[in-house]
Amino acid sequence: MQVTSRNFKENSSKALKDDDLRVALNRVKTGFTTARATAASELPEFEELRNKSRDIKNDVLENLDYYLEYFEEKVLAQGGHVHWCSNATEAKAAILKICRDADAKTVTKGKSMITEEIALNKFLAAEGIEPIETDLGEYIIQLADEPPSHIIGPAVHKTKEQVTELFYEHHQKYGYTERQEDPEKLVGEARAVLRHKYVTADVGITGANFLVAETGSTVIVTNEGNGDLTQSLPKTHIVVASLEKIIPTLEDVSTVMRVLARSATGQEMSVYTTFSTGPKRSADIDGPENFHVVLLDGGRTEMLGTELEELLRCIRCGACMNHCPVYHAVGGHSYGWVYPGPIGAALNPQMVGLEEARHLPNASTFCGRCEEVCPVHIPLPKILRHWREKAFEQQIGPKPERWGIELWGFFAKRPTLYRLVTGIAARVLTKIAGRRGRIKSLPLMGGWTSVRDLPAPQGATFMAQWKKSGRGTQK
Amino acid sequence: MEEIGAGDTKMNSREKILGRIRSQKGRGPLDPHKAAELKAKIEGHKRNIIPKRAQIPAAAQVDLFQQKMEALLATVERVEKASDIPARVQDYLTRQNFAARIKISPSPQLMDLGWETIPTLEVVTGAGAEEDEVGISPAFAGIAETGTLMMASGPETPSTVNFLPENHIAILDVAQMMGSYEEAWDSLRDHIGETGMPRTVNLISGPSRTADIEQRLIMGAHGPKTLHVILVGDGT
Repeated sequence: MQVTSRNFKENSSKALKDDDLRVALNRVKTGFTTARATAASELPEFEELRNKSRDIKNDVLENLDYYLEYFEEKVLAQGGHVHWCSNATEAKAAILKICRDADAKTVTKGKSMITEEIALNKFLAAEGIEPIETDLGEYIIQLADEPPSHIIGPAVHKTKEQVTELFYEHHQKYGYTERQEDPEKLVGEARAVLRHKYVTADVGITGANFLVAETGSTVIVTNEGNGDLTQSLPKTHIVVASLEKIIPTLEDVSTVMRVLARSATGQEMSVYTTFSTGPKRSADIDGPENFHVVLLDGGRTEMLGTELEELLRCIRCGACMNHCPVYHAVGGHSYGWVYPGPIGAALNPQMVGLEEARHLPNASTFCGRCEEVCPVHIPLPKILRHWREKAFEQQIGPKPERWGIELWGFFAKRPTLYRLVTGIAARVLTKIAGRRGRIKSLPLMGGWTSVRDLPAPQGATFMAQWKKSGRGTQK
Repeated sequence: MEEIGAGDTKMNSREKILGRIRSQKGRGPLDPHKAAELKAKIEGHKRNIIPKRAQIPAAAQVDLFQQKMEALLATVERVEKASDIPARVQDYLTRQNFAARIKISPSPQLMDLGWETIPTLEVVTGAGAEEDEVGISPAFAGIAETGTLMMASGPETPSTVNFLPENHIAILDVAQMMGSYEEAWDSLRDHIGETGMPRTVNLISGPSRTADIEQRLIMGAHGPKTLHVILVGDGT
């Protein structure tokens, strides 16, 4: 997809004025978070399972080459194929080759963030192959020609009324000429339209939540069952996955499964967890004849052994964005690339460049909720701080911003001077504010005062009060 | 055969990716000692943390399974013996107002149940198809912990029967009720021996659903709209 992270501020301003989006994001704020808290509290071992999941992923990252080769060997032994791809271009070429070999006209797709990452749909369409998204959320945004705004609820920003209009517009050609207002009827209509597509598609493409080294299996987790129809009916099944999705054993998958759905939607288990291993066996009467795993690096190996390695533990549950006050305010599209929310803010500077994504690490209050709920304990605030430091070091961002930081740094390193200056500033601000105690506008503070008053400091500074209370001298 | 990828580029990318992993980790390929240790770990099938709720007596597992399944909006009924199934299925179809036609997996376990005792019922054997209103398939195991069915594909158990029909009935022998996923994996390993995983293993927890429109729960997104589980026997 086209990267618009550079426009984060403009994107956010627009999002904040969008009333439909406000309503939609409020649902995220209450729905997902409550459900997660309930699910976590109902499993006494939840914290222990989170720790173990973190350890499993750490072991994977430490020995990634070994597990990948082990996985590959198992896939080959079952008659499947593995395509190693360093970047999006290679992955798209590999997928196209498989589609051409299958003489594919239409491709059904299960939900896959990696195919969003490599912008597969646009590519296939340009090559004359029609991609059909089958996850209801992905289907809705495909009709709307929009990117996903949430990694597990891609159409979470859409209202029912918008879906009604989209279906009315796009389903007339299938004989559905009435506007459906009832969500149940809308789902039924999408079901009926897509049902036939599964059966007639030439290739089915899914992502993978896990790749199991022990068995050479790829695993998808869904609630709708669309992924299963996508991968069992066409002659060719392509799995597109990034290489950190490896998990050593079925036992390890079981552990991580126990935290995945609970962290994501608050379910104990998603409705369908499906393990696919190789193509259909010779005596099987259904299943695909060809099985391909397209393994994408996409900049991930470069993160190993660096401050960013911990990001590769991510199991894409979405808990960080579900709990993020910034995401709740600006929504997923503001982030301007595939991954929104805290994980996006931490990952995108690596994937699309810090210059492009420099606003994202700043769009955080460091409240730490994301880290608190992350099932694999990714220290997201620490990584955002890392990017802020990098941006300063590399002199990315406008000069006034850097001067501001330098100026602050100058005083912060000189405590006596700092206290003197902040003491004076506090008194000046109090004076300017007068009896109202509020400041309507102030040079360089337009970002704040254009939409609200700045409350003036009241009384002495914290340090002064601390000193006066005498506690500053105690040990 | 393996050159189906991008030929030389494929080999290059493979070596490049493995090379990058190793150089980022500041090492070469794993030393044989470490590799042997990891191999032993993979083949050892060592369990991690098993929730206490899964470690309960067999009878309690069946109750927990039923309770969890029903909470997931599936329906569950118990029969004493397999030969009771046809009549119970007939009752269920009538109750639900479904047509008197079923698609069953081509498995002797299902085919030999004595369907001929219900002459009004049309019984079709094979893989799932678009026109099927009801599909019936045998589950490999039940997992009490979360109310989950494990379905293993094979010539007698095509996985499309679990997904393509509008409604799904799963038959589970209570002797195959497990507490945790891990127990079910071990049971599956015993069953498949050295042949490796079946093409498809489905863990199914309830009927299909979506919350993609305004986070409202709607049943029957793409998979079966209803799931009915028939538990057979008392596990002996």
